[in-house]
Amino acid sequence: MTALVVVVTLPLLAALAVLVLPERARVKLALGSVALGVLAALMLARAVWQDGAVLLTLGGWAPPLGIALRADGLAAALTLMSALVMAAVALAARFEMRTRRVGARAAFGFWPLMLLLWGALNAVYVSRDLFNLYVGIELLSLAAVALVALSGTAQALAAALRYMIFALAGSLLYLAGVVLSYAAHGTLDIGLLGERIPAHSDALALGLMTAGLLAKTALFPFHVWLPTAHAAAPAPASALLSALVPKASFLILIRLWFEAMPDLASPPAILMLAMLGAVAVIWGGILALVQKRLKLIVAYSTVAQLGYLFMVFPLAGGAGSAQPWSAGAWTGAMFHALSHGLAKAAMFLAAGICIAAVGSDRLGDLRGLARQLPMTSFAFALAAITLMGLPPSGGFTAKYLLMTSSFAAGQWPWALLLAGGGLLAAAYLYRPMAALFAREARVTARPIPRVWQAVPLALAALSILLGVLSATPFDLLQIARPEPAAEGL
Amino acid sequence: MNLTVFALTGAALVGLGVYGLLALPHLLRRVIAFNLTGSGLFLFFGAAGARVGVLDAIPQALIITGIVVALSASALAVGLVVALARSSGKVVLPDEDPSP
Repeated sequence: MTALVVVVTLPLLAALAVLVLPERARVKLALGSVALGVLAALMLARAVWQDGAVLLTLGGWAPPLGIALRADGLAAALTLMSALVMAAVALAARFEMRTRRVGARAAFGFWPLMLLLWGALNAVYVSRDLFNLYVGIELLSLAAVALVALSGTAQALAAALRYMIFALAGSLLYLAGVVLSYAAHGTLDIGLLGERIPAHSDALALGLMTAGLLAKTALFPFHVWLPTAHAAAPAPASALLSALVPKASFLILIRLWFEAMPDLASPPAILMLAMLGAVAVIWGGILALVQKRLKLIVAYSTVAQLGYLFMVFPLAGGAGSAQPWSAGAWTGAMFHALSHGLAKAAMFLAAGICIAAVGSDRLGDLRGLARQLPMTSFAFALAAITLMGLPPSGGFTAKYLLMTSSFAAGQWPWALLLAGGGLLAAAYLYRPMAALFAREARVTARPIPRVWQAVPLALAALSILLGVLSATPFDLLQIARPEPAAEGL
Repeated sequence: MNLTVFALTGAALVGLGVYGLLALPHLLRRVIAFNLTGSGLFLFFGAAGARVGVLDAIPQALIITGIVVALSASALAVGLVVALARSSGKVVLPDEDPSP
């Protein structure tokens, strides 16, 4: 329980503290709090592993009067993944977000915003109250928008404003759904909503909340803000935005559809969510294929990879009778969220190193860079293996679980999509790799410290390890998972 | 009766706000439209809380929190709009510019 409190409060306190410190102390404090946060996330995962879900009712008031925080296996896994990504980003930002490299404004602004974003993420992971979740994703969006605008160029500001318009519209839609749901049931607690007496306004409320969260998750057709915003931010910020931020709103969708209102999941609604996901996989992949800049390729790949997450809606429960394990597709989608988070953060950090070394991220300027930056190029390749879903990576485990479920449920079109999406990923990731590993070296790279180069490599290795040692995270995700995860919607 | 009046007013505000968010390219107008939509929602929320005769305190607490959240969002948005206007001289997004 202590770990749960620390995970939520530590980042927020640290965000306030770094505001008043000079630069050197600021970075030290941020790194210290990130280290402490990783430790707290590990302890939380251990507590969940040993004793099941950790519940905390604030002030001792049980819902509906009070607000409950609860860490189940999924929340613990996401908290741990986020803490690891945060640690890597902080280590990379120590080199990248220096005053003489990015200017005093960005070097100052990055640290409190990063910690604020982290606190908001953790709060969303463990909240069980719809309005608490609203405050959480709003804080998350504001921190994310400010991170996009950090460089202060007109291009970055326009990207941040476009993101903000989508994020605000999404918040309003979500809030409208929350208001309708409260007006009908008089509670905001997800557990109590699961036991509610159905009302007429439920479908509208869930529809509004879902639409708002889809805009924040950047699912097709709401993805238009994502590539420009993620490419405009400094690389450590892009890593956070791409790897972690969409997972928070996706988690709320999972909580709503699988825990609060599973009875409303009608086949047309599920099919629509899955179709949007399918179009996102294809369209994001095609757009990634035609980009000329490394960061834009990685950003469009996020659009595509987020589409896979929505395969959970038609496939959950598909394998229940046919397989010795249950909840295969649900676990597969959550595995995908974890492995994509690690791999995508590694890719953006590697892209940041390339930009720092060459001064550009045009593919033509990166040719032959693997000779001078072998560790970074290797990290990029390892992360690409995860995104393509090749064994033995975490991405492979995710796709394997989703694919076996789709065959067991007789829904083979989704399996075709998973295979096709993997081929597209191989195609669009081949171009940057071909450039990096080209024979002729066109540019001379500035020297990059080895510690900085090791950071994305460690993250990419973790995303592979997630597949090699998949048994432990698999079991962790099963702890206190919602019932419809095994039975299907 | 009361709820109907409040709900209709709230719905009208939300409608105006959504129209503004979608149709007006001027960014400052969009920030105002966002606030209008939020106000409409809060109005409906407050009315829904008072519907049973006794006052439900939870909507009030939530509305105040929501207003604070909307205020900070507006502050950030206005700050970004001003920064964009200073650096590019325009108050519309580049691809929505009516006079290129």
